[in-house]
Amino acid sequence: MNFVANKSDLKVVGTRPVRPDGIDKVTGKALFGADLTMAGTLVGKVVRSPHAHARIVSIDTSKAAALPGVKAIITTADFPEISSEVAAAGDGAVNFRHMAHNVMARDKVLYEGHAVAAVAAMSSAIADAAAALIEITYEVLPFVIDVEAAMADGAPILHDDLVPSGMANPGKPTNIAKRVEFKLGDAEAGLAEADVVVEGRYETTAVHQGYIEPHAVIASVNPDGQTQIFASSQGQFMIRQYVSKILNMDIANIRVTPAEIGGGFGGKTLVYLEPLAVALSRKAGKPVKMVMTRDEVFRASGPTSGGVMTVKIGAKKDGTITGATIDIALQAGAFPGSPVAPACMCAFACYDLKNVRASGYDVVSNRSKIAAYRAPGAPISAFGVESAMDELATKLGMDAIALREKNAAKAGTKAAYGPVFPEIGFEQVLAAAKSHPHWTAPLGKNQGRGLATGFWFNIGGDSSASVFINEDGTVSVVSGSPDIGGSRASMAMMAAEVLGVPYEKVRPIVGDTAQIGITGMTGGSRVTFATGMATVQAAEKVVDELKKRAAMIWDISPDAVDWKDGEAVPAGANAGGFDPMPLAAIAAKAGKTGGPIGTEVSINAQGAGAGFGAHICDVEVDPETGFVKVLRYTAVQDVGRAIHPSYVEGQIQGGAVQGIGWALNEEYLYDKKGRMDNSGFLDYRVPVASDLPMIEAVLVEVPNKRHPFGVRGVGEVPIVPPLAAVANAVKAATGVRMMSLPMSPPKILAAMDKA
Amino acid sequence: MSKIHVTTTVNGEPAEFLCEAQESLLDVLRDQLKLTGSKEGCGSGDCGACSITLDGRLVCSCLVLGVEAEGKTIGTVEGIANGDTLHPVQVKFLEHAALQCGFCTPGLLVATKALLDANPNPTETEARFWLAGNLCRCTGYDKIIRAVMDAAAEMRGEHA
Repeated sequence: MNFVANKSDLKVVGTRPVRPDGIDKVTGKALFGADLTMAGTLVGKVVRSPHAHARIVSIDTSKAAALPGVKAIITTADFPEISSEVAAAGDGAVNFRHMAHNVMARDKVLYEGHAVAAVAAMSSAIADAAAALIEITYEVLPFVIDVEAAMADGAPILHDDLVPSGMANPGKPTNIAKRVEFKLGDAEAGLAEADVVVEGRYETTAVHQGYIEPHAVIASVNPDGQTQIFASSQGQFMIRQYVSKILNMDIANIRVTPAEIGGGFGGKTLVYLEPLAVALSRKAGKPVKMVMTRDEVFRASGPTSGGVMTVKIGAKKDGTITGATIDIALQAGAFPGSPVAPACMCAFACYDLKNVRASGYDVVSNRSKIAAYRAPGAPISAFGVESAMDELATKLGMDAIALREKNAAKAGTKAAYGPVFPEIGFEQVLAAAKSHPHWTAPLGKNQGRGLATGFWFNIGGDSSASVFINEDGTVSVVSGSPDIGGSRASMAMMAAEVLGVPYEKVRPIVGDTAQIGITGMTGGSRVTFATGMATVQAAEKVVDELKKRAAMIWDISPDAVDWKDGEAVPAGANAGGFDPMPLAAIAAKAGKTGGPIGTEVSINAQGAGAGFGAHICDVEVDPETGFVKVLRYTAVQDVGRAIHPSYVEGQIQGGAVQGIGWALNEEYLYDKKGRMDNSGFLDYRVPVASDLPMIEAVLVEVPNKRHPFGVRGVGEVPIVPPLAAVANAVKAATGVRMMSLPMSPPKILAAMDKA
Repeated sequence: MSKIHVTTTVNGEPAEFLCEAQESLLDVLRDQLKLTGSKEGCGSGDCGACSITLDGRLVCSCLVLGVEAEGKTIGTVEGIANGDTLHPVQVKFLEHAALQCGFCTPGLLVATKALLDANPNPTETEARFWLAGNLCRCTGYDKIIRAVMDAAAEMRGEHA
C-alpha cells in the first residue's frame, strides 16, 4: 500500500474509539499472568541469595524434599550447561549462557536476590517452609556495587573468564565487558576551534521500570514434552525461544499464551520465572504457578543502568557547535549487557555535528542484571548532554531553543552513529515548543523553567498478523504483539481503514505462539509500525481477494473491480452497471466463490522513522527544604502520524512521568553488605498522582513515508528529555546545577548551601 | 491447621468461605472467591491495586485478613457495574483512555468510586491526593484525573 499523503483521506486512523479490550479492563475480567490457573496447580517459589557475591559450596535439599506436600525442587543441577551464544533480540543482544546463569546461579551468586534453587509444593505455605529448609553453604566473597569501583584495579572480579570486546585485552581479569566508540570528524580538533567550551561530570542511578504487575507464569509440561506456558511478558515468542534455549527443548513443543501484561517498559523482555516453572512442572508432573513478590521484582529483575559520564561541548559565539564528546560508563549488573551502545548513539543524535565522539564502557558489578527500560541508555546520556547544552546556552547568552535550532539535525544530517537521516521532525518539534504559550508564560518566585530534547531510533523487525473475514462480514484480526498500551485498538483501526468497514466490526486479539507467525517483542517502539504494517498488508490481500470474489459473482475481470468504503464497485462504466456489493454480501457467498476469505502476513518491517521530542518543565524549589514541585509540563514530540491520538498522548505522558520520577525520586540504595535497601514502593518512590500537574502532550506529525499511514513509533522518546528538563528547571529556579540524580531534597539543599 | 468459616457480603451478594488465620482478604477474594479483578502489585499496601471497600471504607485488601470480613460488606471492581450497565467512572475511564496496561485500573476505579461517593464535587487537587495511594506507571495520571473529574461532573448531572 502506498503512503496516504492526505490525512483527510483517512476515516478511522486519527480517531479516538474505545479500545476493544476496554470493558474487560474496567470490570476486572481481563486475565493477567497471576489470574490464570489450572486444575492441580502447584505453587512455585524461588530461594534467593542473601549475599551480594559468594561461592556456592553446597546445596542440601534433603530436608525440604522430605516435607509433606513438596513435589519438586530444582537447583543448578537441573539445567543443561549451554555454550555461549549471542542472539539479537529487540534493542540489544542476548547471551543465552549468561541468561541461563542469571535464571539459576551456577557456581557463584553474583548479586543479592540471585536465584539458587526453586521449589514446587501443594500450597504457598508449604513452598515457603520448604524453601527455608533448603540448606545452602556459601563462601562469601568481596563484592563491588558501583561502576567506577568495579573498573578500578584490584576490584573484586565477577567473571574470571570475561574478555572485554572493543578494546585491547588487559591480560588480567576485569569487570569491563565492552568498550564502544562512535565518531564523526575530529572531536578534539572541533573543541579546539570553539570560542566557548562547557565540561561536566554527570551521574545517574539505577532505576526500575516499576511496572505494577509483578512477573507471573503458569507452566504445565506433559510426559511427552509438550509444554503450555501462560505468562505476562512483552513477547510470547521471546519466552518460547528463551525457554527452549535454557532448557534445551524443541520449540515446537512449547506453546506460550500471552496473558494481559500489567506494564513492562522493557523489563519484561526476558525470562526469570518461566524456565524455573517449566523445570519444576517437568519434575513434578503437574502445572506450576510462580508469581514474584514486589521485593523479588526489585532485587532480582532488571532495573536499568546507573552510570557516570563526562560531557564536553564547544561552540562558536553564534552558537554553532564545533565539537562534542561524551565518555560514559554504565552498570550492566551481574552479567554484561548495559545499554551503553544506544546511550552513545543517541547522545548527540539531535544535533547536526561535524566533529563528535561518544565512547563508553559496559561494566559488570554485583547488582541484579539490568534489563531494557524505555529507550535503553538514551535518557542517561541525554541527562549529561542536555544539561551541558543548557550550560552552553547560558554561557553564550542564548535562548535554549535558539541554540538547539542553530544545531538541529534535519533531513540529510549524518548522525555520529552512522546513518543519514531521511525526513525527520526535530525542527518542527522545536518550532512547536517555541510557539507554545508555556515557553513564554510568567514565572513566580523560586520557580524556574527548563527545556531538554531527546531522540530514539524506533525499530521495525519481525511481525505477523492475520485478517479473516467472518461469515457475517465482521472481521477478526490476530497479531503476535502483546498489547501493553492499546495496540489492539490501533491494529483494528488500521485494518478497518484498509477494509473500509467500521472499527466496531473488527475484533483484534493477540495470538499465542501456535496461532500466529513469529513476532518480535513489544519493544523498541515497533508494534504500531511493524505489526501495523503486517496488519495493513494482510488487510490489503484480503481486499484483493474480496475484489476477486465480487468479480466472480459479477462474471467480470478482477481488474474491473474497485474497493470503495467497504464495498466492491465496478471500476468504470465499461465494467458493467452493477450495484455496489458490500463486504458482508461477499462474505455470505464465500462458500460458493472459493471458500473462506482471510490471510496471514509475516514480514521483517523496514524503514522505521526516528523520533524526536522537546520537553518544557516548570518547577518550584522550596528554599527551606530543597523539595522540587513540578508545576507545569509540556511534552512536544514528532509522532509521525497518530493512529489513536489518545494512546499516543498516553505514551508521551507516561514516559514523561517516568522520567520525572527518575529525575527526582527514584534510585537503588544498597547497604554496607551490598544488599538492596529500598525494595518496596514505600522506599522506592515512583511518582504518585499528587506529585504531578497535568502533562500536556503536543503531537507534531511529520509522517514516516515508509509506513502506509505515516507511523514512526512513540513509546520511548518521551522518557529521554525529562531528566535534563527537570534539572535545567531546577538550575533556573535555584542557580544550582545538579550533576547527579536523583535530585532529592537533601542533595538540592546541600548544593544550594554550597553555592 | 483448621480453617475458619467466614460469612460476608460481596458486591451485594451473600458469600462464605473457609480461610486460614493468616490469609489476606486479597488472597481469599482471588483464590477462593475467584474474583481476580483485585490485583496484587506489592502486598504491602503501597500500590493500591488491591483496593476494595469494606463497609464502605476504601482499604487495601492485602492489608486486611480474610477473617476480618466476617459480617462485613465488601465491594470490589467486579461489583461496580450494574449488570450490563457500566458505572460512569468505568465509562469515563474508557472514553478518556485512562488506562494503558489496565493492571492498576480495578484499584483506581474502586478508589475513584469511593472518592465520588464521599465527595461528589472534588477539586483536581483533592482527586490527586485521594488517588495518591493508587500507583499507575503507564499513564502519568493525566488522563485518569481527567476521567475522574469528568465522571464527577456526569454524576452531578452537569452533562445533561
